[in-house]
Amino acid sequence: MDIFNIALKATFIDNMIFAYFLGMCSFLAVSKKVSTAFGLGMAVVFVLTITTPVNWLLQEFVLKEGALKWMGASFETVDLTFLQFIMFIAVIASMVQLVEMVIEKFSPALYGSLGIFLPLIAVNCSILGASLFMVQRDYTIAQATAYGFGSGLGWFLAIIALAAIRERLKYSHVPAGLKGLGITMLITGLMGLAFKSFIGIAL
Amino acid sequence: MSTETVEVKEKVEKKPAEPLFSKRRRGIVKDPLSDDNPITIQVLGICSALAITIKMEPTIVMSIAVIFVIVFSNLIISLMRNLIPGRVRIIVQLAVIATLVTLVSEVLKAYYYDMYKVLGAFVGLIITNCIVMGRLEAFAMGNKPYDSILDGLGSGFGYAWIIMVVAFFRELFGSGSILNFKIFEAIGWDTFPTNGLMVDSIGAFMVLGVLIWVQRTKTGYVEH
Repeated sequence: MDIFNIALKATFIDNMIFAYFLGMCSFLAVSKKVSTAFGLGMAVVFVLTITTPVNWLLQEFVLKEGALKWMGASFETVDLTFLQFIMFIAVIASMVQLVEMVIEKFSPALYGSLGIFLPLIAVNCSILGASLFMVQRDYTIAQATAYGFGSGLGWFLAIIALAAIRERLKYSHVPAGLKGLGITMLITGLMGLAFKSFIGIAL
Repeated sequence: MSTETVEVKEKVEKKPAEPLFSKRRRGIVKDPLSDDNPITIQVLGICSALAITIKMEPTIVMSIAVIFVIVFSNLIISLMRNLIPGRVRIIVQLAVIATLVTLVSEVLKAYYYDMYKVLGAFVGLIITNCIVMGRLEAFAMGNKPYDSILDGLGSGFGYAWIIMVVAFFRELFGSGSILNFKIFEAIGWDTFPTNGLMVDSIGAFMVLGVLIWVQRTKTGYVEH
């Protein structure tokens, strides 16, 4: 139940976009059409679900103070936390590369639809953000995986919803200066207001 | 940190080839401030622009950190631009940025721990700030070091003034203060109604949306 709650909370209440503004760049740039938004959203869910537990293992067995105990008693006091950013981003970049290669090999159709978005994901803030938050909150590995998946799902829902709204928006008369990014920001704000209603859910 | 970069700029003065502040170079610094602003026109670096702008103080620290990272990563990548193989350039760029961000994070932790606590994970998230990556990819990979420094300064300050304005309005209406100074109590308006939405994420979207509107109307930029 606990794991389910964490995933649900990450999806709706602590939504990556509306509560933490993570992954905004690609959220705004790739939300013009539902089909492309769907592709990117799926790729983000996929990569988040993989990188969060991998980074958890890294944090637990290499980076944390005393984490290197398994190498021998002399490593007991080693604290490599300062390497956290570099290690996490390296894991994310190489995971993205790996995922890209695996998908290309086994499912050319999926690769065709995700292809161009995969490299973009390495610099999507929500991926690194999930790893950093997961460390801050002291999750276990199962909780971290659930958190990664839930965050990805929340991001996916948000970008699909925005893309659907923006497709309809083409037919409305928006003031010239507000076209594009401006009106999108205001819409995102209103969507955030709607997502606030989930706060009432007690988990 | 920003004063250091000014010094670097003055040292390069001796080169006779092109005037230090030629029209082109002034353009490199000036364009990102308004006509080609990284946030309002190019839509980059929005994540941190919204997350840390609840108060002005963390915003200023964040601006300095981002300017530092942009300028130095631009410089380093520009110096190495002929050595980096095209296929692995993303990883190399990320490694350089991550190292600089770690530096910023450790300095904050050592000398400004309160602020480090407030900014939390968002210091680390400078790594994935699209402005930094974007400038490396679009400018530093193909330009000389001095131009790259100027470009970094321009983009950095273009980013800084936007998030400063957002933070000003959010702090003013959300907490009724400026730089933690209770401005409305000072002028005798004790009952100023503070707006919870401004502190919340929604206020950030709204303020930035309106700011983009104003800025684009001024520069005449229209998205199609």
